[in-house]
Amino acid sequence: MNTATMGRTREEKTMAKYLLLKHYRGGPTPTVDFEPMDQWTPEEVDAHMQFMYAFQARLEETGEFVDTQVLMPDGAFVRYDGEGRPPVTDGPFAETKDLIAGWYIIDVESWDRAVEVAGELSAAPGPGGTPINEWLEVRPFWGGSATVTE
Amino acid sequence: VNEALLRDLVPAVIGILVRRGADFASAEDAVQEALIEAVRVWPDDPPRDPKGWLVTVAWRKFLDATRADTSRRRREERVEDAPRPGPVGSVDDTLQLYFLCAHPSLTPASSVALTLRAVGGLTTRQIARAYLVPEATMAQRISRAKRTVSDVRLNQPGDVATVLRVLYLVFNEGYSGDIDLAAEAIRLTRQLAAMIRHEEVAGLLALMLLHHARRPARTDPDGRLVPLAEQDRGRWDTRLIAEGVDVLQAALARDRLGEFQAQAAIAALHADARTAEETDWVQIVEWYDELVRLTDNPVARLNRAVAVGEADGPRAGLTALAELDPALPRHTAVAAYLYERDGDPETAARLYAEAAQSAASLPEHDHLLRQAARLNARLRR
Repeated sequence: MNTATMGRTREEKTMAKYLLLKHYRGGPTPTVDFEPMDQWTPEEVDAHMQFMYAFQARLEETGEFVDTQVLMPDGAFVRYDGEGRPPVTDGPFAETKDLIAGWYIIDVESWDRAVEVAGELSAAPGPGGTPINEWLEVRPFWGGSATVTE
Repeated sequence: VNEALLRDLVPAVIGILVRRGADFASAEDAVQEALIEAVRVWPDDPPRDPKGWLVTVAWRKFLDATRADTSRRRREERVEDAPRPGPVGSVDDTLQLYFLCAHPSLTPASSVALTLRAVGGLTTRQIARAYLVPEATMAQRISRAKRTVSDVRLNQPGDVATVLRVLYLVFNEGYSGDIDLAAEAIRLTRQLAAMIRHEEVAGLLALMLLHHARRPARTDPDGRLVPLAEQDRGRWDTRLIAEGVDVLQAALARDRLGEFQAQAAIAALHADARTAEETDWVQIVEWYDELVRLTDNPVARLNRAVAVGEADGPRAGLTALAELDPALPRHTAVAAYLYERDGDPETAARLYAEAAQSAASLPEHDHLLRQAARLNARLRR
């Protein structure tokens, strides 16, 4: 899917919701090669946390914030295994290369604005204050309403 | 407490407070607080004059808030010196609020939020739920919008077209949460139409009524979209259709055509057909020609291609479609429909599946997916 179709005009709508998915590692060419956070200096950890609070505060201030959650690294895959049998579980896969760490949900006027916000988030400081440049996956939500659709 | 009746009074009461010397943002807050008190007090102690009650209570709330803010002492003195109120609010006050809330300096989302609160009298929580965002987010949007228009005088002439665009956006947001935004948009447009004689206000009201009349038939009991041609026309609201047609005819008689009147005329022609087969597609194409002439809107051209496909056959529709930008929303869905009608289910199935990927809403996505599945199942047989 190219960015042109992502930015399609939703003429009947004012705002659209997007998920900014934080993959701990992963993305087209993973850029995250720094140490886990417990190896950072306390000041570096604080700076990172401060950035995250400020980022959320900015989104709240602009009226674009919807939700954010951080996921614990454990958990498991689960699936149905037939009538009368308990579901099958598999995992946890804490060592997996691509671990979804959490998300933001934003409500913004355009795809371009969603990309701009994701760009800001990706600049969160890492060791030495350098931006971590992590890849964020930006995914539009389907809207639910369909008034003019016939 | 009849909440809709109560909310009808909101813009006039804000207008009165502003004319007594309150700034718009504080007046609006004070009226919201008065509304909350009305909902609490009225059931046991209904006022003889609801509007007078709201003005008195809102004015007291405004004074309380102003006094509480000691840094605004000087403004308080000015307010205390203000002359006592004259006759109660006019139509002009309400009209000015419509213009203010749709001020060109506001983004569409801000205009919508501010209109729903200051003109519609909805609470921030209700608006937030309708747009599926946290209450704090919506509160922020509204207070930013108020700041943006804080220097705008309430007596400046506004542009009706911007107001109509905002009301149309509210209408298209449809129904989610516990607030029916389509019904609310109709209420606000009806109120506007009662205040000013303007063909396009009437046109938009007619369009909304005619669209809303079909809503019961637009989804089946499982929530699936039902296309116009397959709708049970017995479930259309004939009262709303009759009203919409009346409003439209009165507007058209004034002979100042605009895009909303043209759209309403198309909706009226659909409403007029007892069966899908009886639809007067030739006249609908003519109205789309008018609409394209008036707006040069690519979406109008796309819809025109559909109408041409019905009036002159799918080949003609595909020819009309070929002249349009394939990146237009719903272009692929229209192509799929026309290819199926032209007897090419393979191409149609492929295009329906493709169109589903870029649908504008989830119900539309599901509908297009089912169309693709239906054709693919037939092709396998």
